[in-house]
Amino acid sequence: MATENKSRHPKLRIIPRLDIKGGNLVKGIHLEGLRVLGEPSRFARHYYEEGADELLYIDIVASLYGRNSLLDIIERTAREVFIPITVGGGLRSIDDIGNALRAGADKIAINTAAVLRPEFIREASQKFGASTIVLSIEAMKLPDGTYEAYTDNGREKTGFDACQWAVRGVELGAGEVLITSVDREGTGLGFDLELSRRIAESVPVPVIAGGGAASVEHVKEAALCAHVQAVAVASMLHYPFVRRSNESDGLSNSLENRFERTATISSKFRDIGLSTLKRQLAEDGILCRQVPVAEAVLQ
Amino acid sequence: MTAGNGRPVAIVDYGLGNLHNVGRACEAVGLATKITSSPEEVRCSAAAILPGVGAFGDAISTLNASGLSQALRELVDSGKPLFGICLGFQLLMTESSEFGHHRGLDIIAGTVTGLNAPRDDEGPLKVPHVGWNRIWKTNPYAMSDSRPQTLLDPIADGEYMYFVHSFVVVPSQANTIVSTTHYGDVEFCSSARRGNVFGCQYHPERSGVEGLKMYAQLARSLQQ
Repeated sequence: MATENKSRHPKLRIIPRLDIKGGNLVKGIHLEGLRVLGEPSRFARHYYEEGADELLYIDIVASLYGRNSLLDIIERTAREVFIPITVGGGLRSIDDIGNALRAGADKIAINTAAVLRPEFIREASQKFGASTIVLSIEAMKLPDGTYEAYTDNGREKTGFDACQWAVRGVELGAGEVLITSVDREGTGLGFDLELSRRIAESVPVPVIAGGGAASVEHVKEAALCAHVQAVAVASMLHYPFVRRSNESDGLSNSLENRFERTATISSKFRDIGLSTLKRQLAEDGILCRQVPVAEAVLQ
Repeated sequence: MTAGNGRPVAIVDYGLGNLHNVGRACEAVGLATKITSSPEEVRCSAAAILPGVGAFGDAISTLNASGLSQALRELVDSGKPLFGICLGFQLLMTESSEFGHHRGLDIIAGTVTGLNAPRDDEGPLKVPHVGWNRIWKTNPYAMSDSRPQTLLDPIADGEYMYFVHSFVVVPSQANTIVSTTHYGDVEFCSSARRGNVFGCQYHPERSGVEGLKMYAQLARSLQQ
């Protein structure tokens, strides 16, 4: 019995995704129509304490430098959050990557710079190690059922087939692939399982699926039907956290209230915290790391 | 708190990998560190941490050419703690077969070899092995006075740590293995110890509170 338990390894990593703009955590739909949700390090700390397996920071306006820039936020987060941090958005040179690692990033997600010059993946991988380089692909479904890779938050076509691009990127040295469905992103309709499965079957390295998660069921599907190794989740965690924080703060004219007046989308995202999500996954046989909440802060 | 007669712990910088988060983890437990590429500073430090992400061949060439290999051996010979992490753990071994054949630091007897086609009930597993996995202590119940202390003493059996690797160490002496980890049907050595030298395949600085406890244990050992 004990031996049997030992040989089971965790099947799924849950990675809160934090989209950053102007020093704030933001969230949109289809990577557009952004709303400000709050101060990112508050969310980061909360997710760390709740048992997040990693964090993913994406700067959606690619502002690497200066006050309240992405690197500034990473620097602060890395002092209080001791899990892997992946950083993406606007990193275009070896120096940019070096600076992000120095600020506290563990891995770097590359999209546009790799599309513009695929050899950049090889150079970055040789310099920093394959495990540091995550190929980020934003994909949209075409009428013929294939998927095209996009850049700039789903605005610019690349002409690349998403699966072929994933394969090529891994051959060039990417150690992981983050596949985001632009069609599903922010909608709460669940992951694009077909897209995620095709990518996961195409490459030998771990795949992170993103875009669309709103429930435990969605996350389960990603593991069981798409066979990905990790999921990036945002709205599903952010909205309940904003709601709960506002309740405990007793704010009447809070961000969430303003938000509720202008949108109904957040009601899709049921009130489930990260620790509950992971416990339910484990109960359904998808082993993931569990963290007793009280122990998450070093005494 | 400054350990070891006011001397900081050297974080060995040989141009590969992310040293900064190792420094931040030390800072979080009050351990004074200095990131250095100077063999002299390594020799004079209270202890050394050898981190690293990347290729074995490049790493050992740089360590040898810079005199850091020699400095690390002298540090170990003088009885001070050396802590190897991930690639830094693999570098402690006698040799590696990663992309060719390379001699290592030979501080712990053993080899480094590729994660060999791991699979589970559902089929082949992804390589690199990325993510959290559990460490199972070898002989965890042998708590006698003669049992040597290790950085794993504060860590519960079966605790989760964060791994990112395609290669594994195979110590030639079983008694140097402190913990093992299972990835599908492959069981590999996830922590090893020889005298004052400790190494682990996972990243304690990225393994949450449990990982930080290992740095705190290093700080405690330097105060004794």
